[in-house]
Amino acid sequence: MAAGVAAWLPFARAAAIGWMPVANCPMPIAPRDHTKRLDELIILNVSGRRFQTWRTTLDRYPDTLLGSSEKQFFYDEETKEYFFDRDPDSFRSILNFYRTGKLHYPRYECISAYDEELTFFGIIPEIIGDCCYEEYKDRKRENAERLQDDQDDNKDCKLPNMTYRETMWRAFENPHTSTMALVFYYVTGFFIAISVLTNVIETVPCGATPSQKDMPCGERYTVAFFCMDTACVLIFTVEYLMRLFAAPSRYQFMRSVMSIIDVVAIFPYYIGLVMTDNEDVSGAFVTLRVFRVFRIFKFSRHSQGLRILGYTLKSCASELGFLLFSLTMAIIIFATVMFYAEKGSSSTKFTSIPASFWYTIVTMTTLGYGDMVPKTIAGKIFGSICSLSGVLVIALPVPVIVSNFSRIYHQNQRADKRRAQKVQKARLARIRIAQAGSSCTGFLQSKRNDLLNDLLELTGSEEEELLLSKSMSLLESQHHHLLHCLEKTTAHEFMDEQLYEQNCLETTVQSCTSRSPSLSSQDTPIGTCCTRRVKRNSPLPNSSMHLQPSHQHGPLQQLSALHIQCGDKLPRTTRLYPIQVASP
Amino acid sequence: MGAVVGTLTMGERTKGERRRPSRDKIDDDFELSIVCHRPEGLDKLEAQTNFSKQELQVLYRGFKNECPSGVVNEDTFKQIYAQFFPHGDASTYAHYLFNAFDSAHSGSVKFEDFIMALSTLLRGSVREKLTWTFNLYDINRDGYINKEEMTDIVRAIYDMMGKYTYPALKTDTPKQHVDAFFQKMDKNRDGVVTLDEFILSCQEDENIMRSLQLFKNVI
Repeated sequence: MAAGVAAWLPFARAAAIGWMPVANCPMPIAPRDHTKRLDELIILNVSGRRFQTWRTTLDRYPDTLLGSSEKQFFYDEETKEYFFDRDPDSFRSILNFYRTGKLHYPRYECISAYDEELTFFGIIPEIIGDCCYEEYKDRKRENAERLQDDQDDNKDCKLPNMTYRETMWRAFENPHTSTMALVFYYVTGFFIAISVLTNVIETVPCGATPSQKDMPCGERYTVAFFCMDTACVLIFTVEYLMRLFAAPSRYQFMRSVMSIIDVVAIFPYYIGLVMTDNEDVSGAFVTLRVFRVFRIFKFSRHSQGLRILGYTLKSCASELGFLLFSLTMAIIIFATVMFYAEKGSSSTKFTSIPASFWYTIVTMTTLGYGDMVPKTIAGKIFGSICSLSGVLVIALPVPVIVSNFSRIYHQNQRADKRRAQKVQKARLARIRIAQAGSSCTGFLQSKRNDLLNDLLELTGSEEEELLLSKSMSLLESQHHHLLHCLEKTTAHEFMDEQLYEQNCLETTVQSCTSRSPSLSSQDTPIGTCCTRRVKRNSPLPNSSMHLQPSHQHGPLQQLSALHIQCGDKLPRTTRLYPIQVASP
Repeated sequence: MGAVVGTLTMGERTKGERRRPSRDKIDDDFELSIVCHRPEGLDKLEAQTNFSKQELQVLYRGFKNECPSGVVNEDTFKQIYAQFFPHGDASTYAHYLFNAFDSAHSGSVKFEDFIMALSTLLRGSVREKLTWTFNLYDINRDGYINKEEMTDIVRAIYDMMGKYTYPALKTDTPKQHVDAFFQKMDKNRDGVVTLDEFILSCQEDENIMRSLQLFKNVI
């Protein structure tokens, strides 16, 4: 339980007196405080440095070493103190956790040493406060990656139980795993370079023969270039098919950016093969050749920096969008102005507003080709305003993009915020599981224990009752007593969500019997809880349902034959008790 | 602005209260006067309440740990109660409770208020406890509990149960509960319950008398 709950429990219990006049039933008995003693100072000697704190401070977290009876193992009778042979500096933050309820991670501390201390003292790291949790997680991830890298260096040989497909995939993704992979990596890189070079040189005019005019090399040495192209495309196709075969999730692979680039790079060739030398489609065929330039993007598999650049552009999408938007606005405004300013002058190039767009863009980016110039005075004035504002509009978002790029470039692997969200949810779930004592299920479980407790009061001995009741700390039992009082006040009981749904279904299926509106009459609220309580103390042997105990106590086995009946509340209780016991 | 705040606070209890002036004259809108309250002396509190010195020490240490500034405000009350009753919504009942604790209606509960109420609830006589409870129910402090006030209180209590109860809560369950309550408490059937009627009726009911003694040894 949190520190807050422990400190405020007396107040909450005292305030429960406010419900008493409203309640119609007698309240359950309060748990007895067996170990009532005044608060005392405890001395904790950690490698010679003495820390002192109140006992109740440590008792706040009974599921840790210092809060439970485990610390008795470290008790030194002679010096009357608890001695721990651990690091006193780390112990400071651990003790502060008990005092303030928040665990902090000191930055100077080594992550693995800190983890060890936490494990020793029984504190789960998920409790680290939000102020320090990011740092802790980052350091932990770095450490894990370092360990992973160390491991990977020793892992040159194939794992014995990896299939051929997995080996291939590993070779593709990480070229340093084997020599074959490295060879493959360099060969594909070489062929990408060759392919790009071929595309470029194809268009260069080769030396002219005396008979013909200058023609590009592609047309001169058609066969040679065609062979080169074919070879490269063959290699790329084979590579793509191999990757597709080796991918663990083919659907994921086909959707990834790199595979799309691969497909776009090789497709035009096949389309070109398929198409005949038809004049109509040859125009389209030429256009398709443009897509061959996408082969250069295949280099991003080989270059980390290229990938980061692409990622930066993706993550700066909003800034780029803003740049584009503001530029568009400015272009439209100035184009309109220039058009109307130059409308009067004769033989002007500003024939329409879209025609003026070109002038505006060239001026705003300070290119100034000079193919379109304003001739009127008004045109020249607005033209100068346009070029000045162009500088401003472009200069503003660009530094943001640049800083973004440098930040991402330096962080490199830190960009998975989406993964952090999932980790946050998992972390909260872990905390909730570890602190299950104060949750609903904890209370419902203890109610079941109370039921067994009552049964034991009838037939069992004192020790068994104490055994059961000691399974919870005093704080928890007091909290549960408080919840029990609330149940009695309102004459309703807490329930699991699933059981509630079940109950709802069952009550709608059944027609409304006299049970459900039983609370409408005045004395049934008393009847509901009190008769049950009365009946509970005198079990009848011939009722129709039995209780299954959850743990293996000898005398409890006999109790499985004991039946509980609650008078005319039969159908409801048959549903209630077995479900409660069955829930884990 | 800081001077005005300073003079205003002079009139209040001077012994323990110290109010630092607002930080900046410019930031009038964001004025955060840090109220740091110190309670009266231990001896004085011991004389006024039914707690011993050690008990007061333990209580104050817990209180100060949770509220280093020395006062609790309503939001903290609601949070505390929400921790104890995670199933349902405890904020309404916490609101009424806060008003009952905050006898001076200052908007914050100081340690003295806290300890007075605890003393009444845990160590007080039956009459004192019932008077305190009557003040809790009497929301508008007019000396009478009418049906609307009681319905509000009972509804707040039922809200703490949450949705998943057995048997399922119906919308008129609080109302029926209130009717039953009035049936018992309202002796002269005039639609309101006065303090004397309340105390008399409670003293007649054995269950209530027994449950009032339930939390004797909470501290």
